[in-house]
Amino acid sequence: MSDQVLIKGARIYGEGDPVDVLVANGVIREIGAAIGSAPDAEVIDAKGQVLLPGFVDLHTHLREPGREDTETIETGSAAAAIGGYTAVFAMANTDPVADNAVIVEHVWRRGREVGLVDVHPVGAVTVGLNGQKLAELGTMAKSAANVRVFSDDGHCVDDPLIMRRALEYSTSLGVVVAQHAEEPRLTVGAQANEGVQASRLGYAGWPASAEESIVARDCILAKHAGARLHICHVSTAGTVDVLRWAKDRGTEVSAEVTPHHLLLTDDRLATYDPVNKVNPPLRTAGDATRLRAALAEGVIDCVATDHAPHAVQDKDCEWAAARPGMLGLQTALSVITETMVRTGLLDWRGVARVMSERPAEIAGLPDQGRPLETGEPANLVLVDPDAEWTVRGAELASVAANTPYEGMRLPGVVTLTLLRGRVTAREGKIG
Amino acid sequence: MKHLLATDGLDPDQARSILDTADELKKTLLGREVRKLPTLRGRTVITMFYENSTRTRVSFEIAGKWMSADVINVSAGGSSVGKGESLRDTALTLAAAGADCVIVRHPASGAAHRLAGWLADAGTSVVNAGDGMHEHPTQALLDAATLRERLGELKGRRVAIVGDVLHSRVARSNIHLLAALGAEVVLVAPPTLLPAGVETLPVTVSHELDAELPAVDAVMMLRVQAERMHGGFFPSAREYSITYGLNEKRLKLLPEHAVVMHPGPMLRGMEIASVVADAPSSAITEQVRNGVHVRMAVLYHLLAGEEDKTA
Repeated sequence: MSDQVLIKGARIYGEGDPVDVLVANGVIREIGAAIGSAPDAEVIDAKGQVLLPGFVDLHTHLREPGREDTETIETGSAAAAIGGYTAVFAMANTDPVADNAVIVEHVWRRGREVGLVDVHPVGAVTVGLNGQKLAELGTMAKSAANVRVFSDDGHCVDDPLIMRRALEYSTSLGVVVAQHAEEPRLTVGAQANEGVQASRLGYAGWPASAEESIVARDCILAKHAGARLHICHVSTAGTVDVLRWAKDRGTEVSAEVTPHHLLLTDDRLATYDPVNKVNPPLRTAGDATRLRAALAEGVIDCVATDHAPHAVQDKDCEWAAARPGMLGLQTALSVITETMVRTGLLDWRGVARVMSERPAEIAGLPDQGRPLETGEPANLVLVDPDAEWTVRGAELASVAANTPYEGMRLPGVVTLTLLRGRVTAREGKIG
Repeated sequence: MKHLLATDGLDPDQARSILDTADELKKTLLGREVRKLPTLRGRTVITMFYENSTRTRVSFEIAGKWMSADVINVSAGGSSVGKGESLRDTALTLAAAGADCVIVRHPASGAAHRLAGWLADAGTSVVNAGDGMHEHPTQALLDAATLRERLGELKGRRVAIVGDVLHSRVARSNIHLLAALGAEVVLVAPPTLLPAGVETLPVTVSHELDAELPAVDAVMMLRVQAERMHGGFFPSAREYSITYGLNEKRLKLLPEHAVVMHPGPMLRGMEIASVVADAPSSAITEQVRNGVHVRMAVLYHLLAGEEDKTA
C-alpha cells in the first residue's frame, strides 16, 4: 500500500467543481484543480463524490471486554471504518466495567493494535456504573488512554448529589460528563414509549418526562457547577425545548441524537419484534420531526450511533426479555442522508458539522473534525450521495446482526475512509 | 382463522361466528349426561402457562377434552422451562412433538404473537390465554357470550369497565371486542390506572362511578392486584373500595336488567361486595360456564378445518 493517496475529482463538502486531493504523510498535502504529478500515489477516482472529514461517534458499544460473542474491538472498528468513522468513543458498560485506568488503557491499546479507527474509551462516572461512588476520573483522564468523556451510559447518574459532584470534579480535568437521561423511578419495568402504541400493545410505558426531567435537572446542575454537560441520545421533543432554554441562558450543554430516533417511530412496535427495542425507546413521528429540526438548527449538536450489538438469543425472544439496543455504525450515514439530506434539512457541510466537527469539539479531539484544507490531518471519508444499498444484518462487519433496517433500501454509500492518510475501508470492505 | 391472538383487529363477523358456535355447542351439550363430542379426536392441544392460573387453564382443558382432543398441560415449573430454556425453544419443541395447537399464558406482552411467528413453519395454531398487560381474547369472547345471553345483541348497549384498566389485559380485549360488536364502553377508574392515550380508544372515560351506573346495561368489575395497592396508584384499599367498589348501595343505582360481571378471581369486599357478587344480577358463574363453550368454539374454529367464510 502506498503512503500517498491521490483522490481525483472529489467535491469537497459536496460544493463547487470536483478537485484533486493529494494525501501524504497523514496530512492533506495539496488540493488543486488537476494534480498531475504524484507518481508514488495510489490514485482513486472519486467520480464527483462528496469528500468530508472522517466521522466521529461519541457513543459506541464495542462490547470488549465481556461480550466478545456480540462484538469485539476488532469487528467494531471494522464496522466503524466501513461506516466512514475515523474516531469512536467506546462506552464504559463492558464487563468488567471501564471504571479504572486498567480497563480504559486495555481498550485504548486494543484499538491502536487494530488500527482501523481511533478508539477512545469512555470512562464510567461511578464505580461499577452503580451511581453511588465516583470512579477515579482523574486517574483515567491522566492514563495513557487520555479519557475525555465520562458516562454511565445504560444507567442514569440519577442521584443529584453524585451528578453534582461529578460535574464539579470534571471541571478540573477538562473533560465532559455525558448523561444517559432516564429517571429510574419513572421507568420501572418500562418497555416502550409511553403513549398510544404502548397502551394498545400492553407495554409498560417509558414516559418522555423521565428523560426531560433529568435533562432539565442536569442543565441546572451544570450551569451551577460551571461544568460542561453532554446529553446522550436525545429522544423527545420536550428535551429539545429544555436544551434550547438551557443554551439560551448560557449553559455549556451539548447533545446528540441517534440515527434511529430520527428515522424510526413507535409504529414499529406492533410486530413485537425486539429488534426495535432500544433505550431510550423509539418515540412518535412528532418527536422524530422535532429531533430532525433541532439537529438542523444546532439545538442538538451532533449525531451519535449508540451502536449496540446483541446476540441472537437476546433479541429472538419475547419483548420483555430482550436487551435494548441496535447496530448503527454502518448505517448512520445512510440514515442521515435519508432523514436530513434528502429532506433538505442539511447540506453536506451540515453533515460534516453534525457527524464530525461538533463531536470532535465536544470530546476535545485535536486531529479530528478538521477543515478540509492543506496541512490538515487526512482523516477523510468519501461518500457517494446518489448510490443506494440494501441493508442485510448478516453482511455487516459486526459479530451481531441486530439491525432494525434489515431489508431496507437506503441512500448514501461510504466508498472510502482514510485514517491519517491510510485507507481503512473502501466500498464496504476493510483496507 | 389460524390463531387467536387478540380481539384488537378481530373481524366482527369472525367474532360473531365464534359466539354463534359457542351458543350451538352449549345447546348441544345441555342436559347431556356424557358431555363429549368427537370433533377434535386425534388432535393435540398443549397448554403452556407461565403464570399461575386455575380457572383459565381448567376451562381450556375441559374445552379440549369435551371436544375429544388430547390435552397436555405444560407449566413453567414442571418442564425444562424451569431450567432456563427460551420460550422459542420450548415452543419449537412442543410443535415438533406434535402439538396442533398451543395455548399460552405469559407475563410478557406480545408473547403469543412471537410464538405464532416462530411456529408459522410448523403450522401450529396459537391461542393467547393472556399476555402481560396486552390481551386475553377468550375472556372477552366469553364476556360477550354472557352479555348476549342476558341482553341479546350488543349493538347500542352500554358497558362500564371499572378499575385497573392500565394493567388489565381483560379490559383491553373487552374494549376492542365490545366496540367491534357495536357496544358503547365507558371506563371508570382513577387517572393513575388509565393507560396513556386513552382518548384514542373507542371509549369514554369517567371518574364517577355513581354517575355512570344508572345508564349502563352491564358493569364489568376488574380485579385490583395486590401489588397495585402498594404501588402508589391510589392512597389506600379503603379509599379505592369507597370510590370504585361495587357495593349494595351502588347495585341499586343500576337499571333492573343490568348485568354485573367479574373475570375473577374476585377480592370480595374490595372491588365487589359479597352480596353483589351473589346477587341475581351477577353473571359471574355464568361467565365461567360460558368460558368452556367459548373456548370449545375457538378450538373448533382453529382446528376443525371447516371452510372459513371470513378468514
